[in-house]
This record gives sequence, C-alpha cells and structure tokens, in this order.
Amino acid sequence: MDLPTLWFAIIAVLWFGYLFLECFDMGVGMHIALTARNQQQRRLILNSIGPVWDGNEVWLITAGAAIFAAFPNWYASLFSGLYLPLVIVLLALIVRAISIEYRSKHHTARWVRLWDTGHAVAALVASFGVGAMLAITTTGMPIDEYGDRVGGPFAWLSAEAVIGGLGLVFFSLVHGALFLTLKTGGEVQRRARAFYVRWLPLGILPLVLWVLIVQFRSGTSASWALTGLAAVAALIAWTLAIRNRMRASFVGMGVFLAAGVAAIFSAAYPAVLPSMIDPAFTLTVENASSSDYTLTVMSVVALLAVPAVIATQAWSYWVFSRRLSERHMPELHEILPAIRTEAPSSKTEQR
Amino acid sequence: MELDPVMIARWQFGITTVYHYWMVPLTIGLGPILVFMQWRWMRTGNELWLRMTKFWGKIYLINFIMGVATGIVQEFQFGLAWSEYSRFVGDVFGAPLAMEGLLAFFFESIFLGAWIFGWKRLPKRVHLLALAGAVWASIMSAFFIIVANSWMQHPVGVELVDGRPVLNDIWAVLTNNTALAAFSHAICGALAVGGGILLGVSWYHLWRRRRDGIDTVDEDGRVIVGEAQEIVGRDRRDRSVWIKSLRLGAVVGLIAFSGVALTGDWLGKLMYEQQPLKMASAEGACHTGTAFSILTVGDLGSQSCDDVVPVLEVPGVLSFLAKGDFTTEVPGINDLLPVYEARYGTHLPVDDRYGDYSGAEIDYLPQMEVTYWGFRLMIGFGALAAGTCLLSLWLTRKGTVPASTLLMRAAVLSIAASFLANTAGWVFTEMGRQPFVVAPNPEIEQNIFLFTAAAVSPGVSAGELLFSLTAFTLTYGVLLLVELFLMAKYVRGGVASAMPEAFGQHEDDADDHLSDDDSVRTRRSKTDDDVLDFAF
Repeated sequence: MDLPTLWFAIIAVLWFGYLFLECFDMGVGMHIALTARNQQQRRLILNSIGPVWDGNEVWLITAGAAIFAAFPNWYASLFSGLYLPLVIVLLALIVRAISIEYRSKHHTARWVRLWDTGHAVAALVASFGVGAMLAITTTGMPIDEYGDRVGGPFAWLSAEAVIGGLGLVFFSLVHGALFLTLKTGGEVQRRARAFYVRWLPLGILPLVLWVLIVQFRSGTSASWALTGLAAVAALIAWTLAIRNRMRASFVGMGVFLAAGVAAIFSAAYPAVLPSMIDPAFTLTVENASSSDYTLTVMSVVALLAVPAVIATQAWSYWVFSRRLSERHMPELHEILPAIRTEAPSSKTEQR
Repeated sequence: MELDPVMIARWQFGITTVYHYWMVPLTIGLGPILVFMQWRWMRTGNELWLRMTKFWGKIYLINFIMGVATGIVQEFQFGLAWSEYSRFVGDVFGAPLAMEGLLAFFFESIFLGAWIFGWKRLPKRVHLLALAGAVWASIMSAFFIIVANSWMQHPVGVELVDGRPVLNDIWAVLTNNTALAAFSHAICGALAVGGGILLGVSWYHLWRRRRDGIDTVDEDGRVIVGEAQEIVGRDRRDRSVWIKSLRLGAVVGLIAFSGVALTGDWLGKLMYEQQPLKMASAEGACHTGTAFSILTVGDLGSQSCDDVVPVLEVPGVLSFLAKGDFTTEVPGINDLLPVYEARYGTHLPVDDRYGDYSGAEIDYLPQMEVTYWGFRLMIGFGALAAGTCLLSLWLTRKGTVPASTLLMRAAVLSIAASFLANTAGWVFTEMGRQPFVVAPNPEIEQNIFLFTAAAVSPGVSAGELLFSLTAFTLTYGVLLLVELFLMAKYVRGGVASAMPEAFGQHEDDADDHLSDDDSVRTRRSKTDDDVLDFAF
C-alpha cells in the first residue's frame, strides 16, 4: 500500500472513530428533548456522556487536521466549498459544548431550558451538517480545475447531501438510545430501549441508502462485500435488541457502522472529492496528497499516538463504566455571593 | 458598496483568534498552578489546598470549555476562508495541526473529563496525574500551534517544488528558533495571566472579608482573622485560602513576567533578523539609527515616513533591543523598503486569482499605528501587571489587603492588563507580518512567501464571509457575556460555590475525611449510590 492510500485508510478510521463515539453523544443530546420527562431525567441523560463527550469530539478535530496534513487540496476544496454549512456546524458545536458545561452552573428554569434546548438543536444541526459533508465528499460537488466550488454558496446542495445528513441524524438517535440503554437505569433506560428497538430499522435506512448510492456508482466487489456485512450486522443487532441483549447489540451496531464506513470509503477510493463538472477535475488520493516525506512523518506520529489514544480513551470509559440512575444525580446547590447583606454589628467594627 | 473578501476574511480571523486567545492563556496559565495546589493537598493533607484546588478548578473549567469550543473554529477556518493558503502551506502546516490533535487534544480532553468526574472514582494519585496530564497536553497543544504559526513568520525545513514549499526536515520545523522563542514567550505570558487572576480575585475576597467586618487589623496593621458563621464559607481558614492564593499569584506573576521579558528580548532579536520591517514599523523608525522611540507623533496611519515625527528618543536602546549593544545601526523603514521591493517585487502578479488585488502595488510596510502601539501596549500592560504583583506583595505583608475600595478595584482591573498584554502582543506580531501571510525567510536562498491577498478562498463570496463574520461575532459576543456572568457568580460565591459539600450541606462526607485514603476506599465500596459525586 502506498502512503496516500494508507492515509486515506487512516482518515476513514478517524471518521469511523468520530461517528461511532460522537453519534451517541449527539443522539444523547437530542434525547434530552425527546426521551426525558422531567428535570432529573434530563440531567441523567446529560451526565451519561459527561466525562467522555469532549474526548469523543476530538476525533472530529483530528480527522479534519489529518485531512489538512495528508491531503491539503482535499481539505481546502471541501471546507471552502461547504463554507456556509460548515460555519453553521461550527456554531452548533460551540453551542453544544457550552450547553453541556454551563447548563447546571445556574439554576433558574429559563437558563436550564435554554441550554437543554440549545444542546438538542445543536446536536441535530451538527449531525446533519457532518453527515451532509461526508456524503458530499463521497459523492461529489461542482468543483473546477483548481478545486474551487463553482455555482454559488449553495452549489453543494444535492439529494445525496440531504440523505447523508438525515443518515447521521437518524443513526445518532438510535445509537444514542442504545447508549442510554447501556448507561442508565430506571425509566430513562426503559424508554430508550423501547425507542431503540422500535426505530432501529428506520433509523439506519438513510445511512444504508447512502452506502448503496456510493456502491452503485463505484462499488467494487470488496466494497459490496462490506455492504453485505453491514446489512447482516444490522440485522443481528436488531435481533439481539429484541431479545434484550443490549451489549451484544451495541457490538453489532459497531460492526454495522465500521462495515458501512469501510464500504463507503473503499467504493469512493481513489476519489476524495469527485467533481460533478468534469471527472478530470476530481480530487484523488494522488493529486490531493502531501509529499511522501510529510506522510512518512505523520505515519510515525499516528503509529505512536493512535494506540495510546485508544488505550487512554478505553481507560476513561472503564473508569466511568457504572450505570447511572436518577437517584445518583447529586443535589444542585444554589450559588450565593459570600457577602454580608446586613450591616456588620458594632462589636466587630470596634475590633 | 464593493466588499473586499480579503478584508472580511482577515477581520474574521482576527476576531475569532483574539477571542480564542482570551481563553487560552488562562487555561495554560492556571493549569500548572492547579497542579501545584492539588499536589500540595496530596502531600500535606491540608484542607486549605483542597479548597484552593476546588475553587480555582471551577474558574479554570468555566473558562476551559470556551477555549475548547472556539478552538474547533481555529482548526477548520484555514480550509473555510483561506483555501489558497491551505493549498500553499499544506505540506508543512497541516502536520503540526494533526500532531496537536493526536498528541495533545485527545489527552487534554480525556484526562480533564477524568479529573472533573473522578474526584472519588480515582485514587488520589491517579486523579492528580489526570489533571497533570491534561495540563501538560494543553501546553503541548500550545507548542504545536506555535510551531505552525512560527513557520508562517520564519519558514524553515522546506524547499520550493513547483512553486509550493515541500517539507524536507520536520526537525527544523519543530526546532525553528522563532517557535522556541515564541512558545516560551507565550507560556510565560499565559502564566502571568494565571497569576494575575489569582491576585485580582483573591484581593476582592480579602477586601470583602474586611468590608463585611470579618477580618480586622490591629494598630500595627496586622490582620485579626475572624469568621462569619451566617455566611457560607466565611470561616477562619477562608482568609488563608485568599491570602495564600494572592501571594502565590503575585509570585507566579513576577516570575512569569521576568520570563516574558527575557523571552521577549530573545524573540525581538530574532525578529530584527527575520522580519526587519516588522520591527522597524513597531519603532516608527524611518531612518537607520540606534535610538528607541518613547513617543512618536504625527499620522502613523498615513503609512508615510514624511508624516511621522519622533518626539522623544533614547539613543542606543534600539540597538540594544536588536543586537545587544548600544552602537549597531538598526536599518530603518526608508532603507528597508527598497530591499524588499528589489527582492519580492513592487506589484502583485496580474492573475485572476488575486481578484481585485491582481497587479496591485505592494505596500511592504505593516500598518504602523497598529505595530507601533501594539508593541507599546504589550509592554505597557505587561509592566502594569508586573508592577501590581510587586506592589501587592508589599501591601499584603501583614496578612490581608488594605480596606480601600479603590485599591480593590485596581487589583481586579489589573486582571485585564495581563490579558490585554497577550492580545496586544499577538495583534502586533500577526499584523506586523503583513502584507505577507507567510513571511519570507531572508536567511535562505529560495523566496518562500505568500501574500495575504493571495491566500483567501477564491470560491467563497464576500457575502458568505460577511455572514460568517457576523454570525461568529454575535455568537462570541453573547458567549463572552455568559462566561463573564458565570465567572462573576462563582467568584462572588467564593470557595463554597465550588465545594458546597465542605460547608455542611452534606454533614456525613465533610471534606476532612477525604484526606485519608481509607475513607476514599470505604466510600467506594459503601453503596452503589456514589456513582457520581459531581454532575452537570
């Protein structure tokens, strides 16, 4: 395997890491609005991702930076071409991060409602945007011979973009419900489990559609085999869920996602961003990549860092592996200024 | 009205980056101080240090998340608005960014999550290590991003292939002397911010305690510590928290500012070699000479040496800043401009991809009013904050602060000075690099540089840029108010706001029990009710 191909594979792995981990974060964010029935349940849902969400998000940042380092032309064309949607994704990610951390730092009903709503909406918007971006980079955008988008600010908009966007939103919802089933107890868990079992087939439908679109365009026998594997894994995950074997179902969903992502990227290969104007303008792993020297340096870094990252992240999931229930939520304390409201007594003043 | 995409994109980068760099120095500066506090708590078992860790930890976290949230924008906006820049520098510039993600951000966020939620779930030593790991990673992230930035100031480790710089020596990029100087300068500047916030906030609390009649002073001015049981957290130990924090902050600030001066001198001397026009414009130095300008009047903004009149100059100082002696002639703007024009041309190429700037005349002089005043504000604010540290050590020698409200306000305001010094420094160094986005390295044969006018995304319209500029500015503005509101609330709440459990809300797990390992173990095995001792 040559270096650009290796880096294409590494970037696919980074995207898988992001989707597998952050899709349940995003789904959990949406379930704050969908599944919770009261204040304690909203807190429970939020705290199920409390210690880990930030580490999950780094997969996105790293995937973006890895594209920059390994395929500068891909990074430049994709990000500038998707200017408006990505600006909105960034704003949504900002709002989500702040919502998580600030929600419980002030206790008026309005404040809490504002951040809970902000969190759910931002998770929805960010999921859709990232899904649309990934769908576009695997199906195409009108770019010219320089790799620049032509046709105005919305030229990227396509049916595939919408399917990819919906694909991540729906997948996040079922994946998040599954995560809550594993991570919480009580009513939230029951509701999340019911949601997962009922909506799984529909929830993965747009994602499957996107996989198939890419297969019919440029599928290889290997990528079709991966597509088949993804379908089987989804079926097994669903069967297991019906039999209430939720951990096993989680593994099944992981295999589904891994095979699905692999099917998409291996079918798209060697294109990283197809041009819808002229196939000659398509960005590929060859014409978009950095020099072999840079890729070698980055390979060494990735080889050292990725196992360490996975080990550290696994450790943090292990530390916080216990199931949470509403009764585990610590009391919230009103923060009052440490100020004497009445005048100090004359006795202290004399001293 | 004709909108200029380059100007909008520059404003956007400037606003988002300056904003981001209000959060970053506090994160980097407060982090090591927190590690020190928690380490002291672990070693001594003294609850005083636990209170300090918890309170300053809360302030740290409120700020940290804003840095994280706005940091994502930094990672993506090169591709968004600066695609030509990304294509040009991608072979070199992407690598430190990816290293930052792989070697810093992951560990920073994972370990910080473990620290926030792991007070009772992790053994004390591991819990401290989690914080130390997160802090170390945040310092590493500063290193990598400054390596990337310094390559724009001083490109090294590359050769030109087909008009594009191609990396051929990663070690040269990582040990770029500009990067090492700028990194140490930035870390010192960040520690100064950390020290500054300790000083200002602690001063407020000591003042508040005197104002509320809790602490008083005897005829020698020595503190008589009191307590107020009706105010949560205002016990006798509370005074120790603040006086210790204040003096620690002042000492950290003084050490940091010494470091700022030393590393700043190093960085300045490099700049005289690497970007002589940046330094000349920072001096308003039109003519070659040795004198440092204390005050220059006239119209700096006119970008013409004819309109600038030096009023007060100190002979020899400029030579000292640039070369370390008092006699070397430092080249002035009038002598430098022809050198730049001869080497890099007088006009931009005629090319559609430069848009309205195609064939335009190049002004090599950075905006003099920005560089001149940016340089002076950086030094001025830094000196102000350093002076506050020194003065406060003297004023608090008898165990508390003076009762003066005016002094309290000045101490709180001095927090801003250390932030503004950082901001002014970055604005100076980035604006001083113009009109280049990648400034040429005069020490190498090949002309490796890129004009800012040629760096923006050709496919992105001015309207799109204007939308995002507005959206980011409004969002950031609102979020700044939110952060300041929460900061003020938790600051005013004092230690009790960060550790309510220590002040009687939960009688059974009062903090003093926490300091021996046995109780931690019993707590863990007690029931399954203690899954979380912290939750959002």
